[in-house]
Amino acid sequence: MISRRDFLQVSMAASALVGASGFGNWGRLAAQQSLTQDQLLQFDTFGNISLIHITDIHAQLKPIYFREPSVNLGVGGNKGHVPHITGADFRKAYGIADGSPSAYALTHDDFSSLAQGYGRVGGMDRVATVINAIRAERPDALLLDGGDTWHGSYTCHHTAGQDMVNVMNALKPDAMTFHWEFTLGSDRVNEIVEGLPFAALGQNIFDSEWDEPAELFKPYKFFERGGAKVAVIGQAFPYMPIANPGWMFPEYSFGIRDEHMQEMVDEVRAAGADLVVLLSHNGFDVDKKMASVVTGIDVILSGHTHDALPEPVLVGKTHIIASGSNGKFVSRIDLDVRDGQMMGIRHKLIPIFADVIAPDPVITKLIDEQRAPYADQLAEVVGKTDSLLYRRGNFNGTWDDLICDALLSEREADIAMSPGVRWGPSLVPGDDITREDIWNVTSMSYGAAYRSEMTGEFIKVILEDVADNIFNPDPYYQQGGDMVRIGGMGYRIDITKPQGERISEMTLLKTGEKIDASKSYVVSGWASVNEGTEGPMIWDVVEDHIRKQGTVSVTPNTSVNVVGA
Amino acid sequence: MEFSRRETLAMGLGAAVLTVLPFRVSASTEDRIAEFTGGADMADTGVTLTAPEIAENGNTVPIEVSAPGATAILVLATGNPTPGVATFNFGPLAASQAAATRIRLAGTQDVVAIAKLADGSFAKASAAVKVTIGGCGG
Repeated sequence: MISRRDFLQVSMAASALVGASGFGNWGRLAAQQSLTQDQLLQFDTFGNISLIHITDIHAQLKPIYFREPSVNLGVGGNKGHVPHITGADFRKAYGIADGSPSAYALTHDDFSSLAQGYGRVGGMDRVATVINAIRAERPDALLLDGGDTWHGSYTCHHTAGQDMVNVMNALKPDAMTFHWEFTLGSDRVNEIVEGLPFAALGQNIFDSEWDEPAELFKPYKFFERGGAKVAVIGQAFPYMPIANPGWMFPEYSFGIRDEHMQEMVDEVRAAGADLVVLLSHNGFDVDKKMASVVTGIDVILSGHTHDALPEPVLVGKTHIIASGSNGKFVSRIDLDVRDGQMMGIRHKLIPIFADVIAPDPVITKLIDEQRAPYADQLAEVVGKTDSLLYRRGNFNGTWDDLICDALLSEREADIAMSPGVRWGPSLVPGDDITREDIWNVTSMSYGAAYRSEMTGEFIKVILEDVADNIFNPDPYYQQGGDMVRIGGMGYRIDITKPQGERISEMTLLKTGEKIDASKSYVVSGWASVNEGTEGPMIWDVVEDHIRKQGTVSVTPNTSVNVVGA
Repeated sequence: MEFSRRETLAMGLGAAVLTVLPFRVSASTEDRIAEFTGGADMADTGVTLTAPEIAENGNTVPIEVSAPGATAILVLATGNPTPGVATFNFGPLAASQAAATRIRLAGTQDVVAIAKLADGSFAKASAAVKVTIGGCGG
């Protein structure tokens, strides 16, 4: 029997480097002196197999700021368990000192101040340096991309994903699974996937007409590594046609399909797999449930919900790894696999501090080539921000408050709705807001800002419906996003109630009146999944609004009253 | 206020309202079950029902039922105005007692499959299928 101490040799990079010395007084000099690339990459190579996991990059080629959520509520059996703890609770759970690099990377407190000291994170040229360093120690390490790669920026939108395909191909992944990629439309996805020099995996990607596995996407792929047979099974985002516009990829059907997952695990085990790895875009809580339902998976590389966890979570015999988003982290997992069994694991969540990790010059040049045709557009300064602009959080973030303000004023609406997506980097106070920054939080293939009349009753139906996609106690009924962000209206939500009873006290903020179920209100929003949605593009609406403001200030949003957390 | 029809046509909302009302159960479900089983007890194992947790399209939801050794399987959509979906009968020469079809669901509800086994006993399985207007993914 292997004890947890021996088995989980886990460390968060540099977590012990900096002692507690309070918030808010971190000078850039102190921060940078205390961190080195060698410290971030330090890892005693272990066992015979290495996995490198990166996921949910959302087309962030260049370094960015990314503030983690302050509100990330778990329900049912997941209440109070990672990843549903934030801030001081998170730091306490993992022994992270206040003000330390790990505190900056993994929690939200004092973000603007710590950002001054530690600087930006991510950048695919920095990621390349980390991958190269791991490969120098383990040349046949498997690089696995969890998807949400070909979406999320100005250049990605204008090249229909080609910028990301070019850069990722240069990093030489071994396999990938999918989500937002499909919002490029099935023709474009098929075109790219047919030319991919690595495996495109998804055991749950089915042909919608025949309800049979789609031919283009294989359920799994075998790799021979360290004298062992490694099976990597793919799991695409299960609810793509529901959370995203299904009409853009009508040939495909998804779903969780855990019975089929079990069949695939049994099939690869029967074919001699010594190690079974699931490259998943399920979202963390769905992966936890799947690990308890499907037997025989050794490691789940979890994506979609953008959680970054410094230790694996063990469910039964399955280790679940969460590697963050937006290029901010890379996970390295070394495994000892012998005689058809996983005997040990060593894991490190490596934060990509952009000022500490040297960029790989080959990839820097490649990134610059992708951006060059759009350089003027990207760099144009639209305005400036006095406030920290961030998106993550279950109910609101300042970016979406600003976007909702833009919709209310530019579209002359009573109420604004912004989708509860989790992608989009942050800006710190004093930053210029460039066109690129606006596109980083808005770009998509269905970005029309609609303007519509809705009754109070229907607005409640929408809120109840979205709330159940987050707070249904059974993770298999969750879609992995956050609550739709509301401008111009306040409400109370009891997350412990069933669908239909969670939302109450809906109030129109401009008059203070209660929302009338039978009255119609003018609602403006964006990212409707319905075909034929009309309106100006959201990035233009937001740009017009910011231009008029010059410098934007976002006051804290107190219009959502959360109960039952 | 300027408000053109073009701009108001944003989401196909009208039709969606009914489909997202909370969990539906139709009264005639119990009658159909009693009719099929004659009021007999139903075992929890013996029939497998495979259905998506959330329907991609409530108008055409793929389901599968199988019950080794069954002579008939009744499928009910318990929240539809008319719950009866299908009864699959299997003769003695049937190679397997399984069937797949697509059903229409009026909203979030349980789909139920009841198998009549060769020895005359019954088995039941149910699956909650959510019909949602969808929204926003990570």
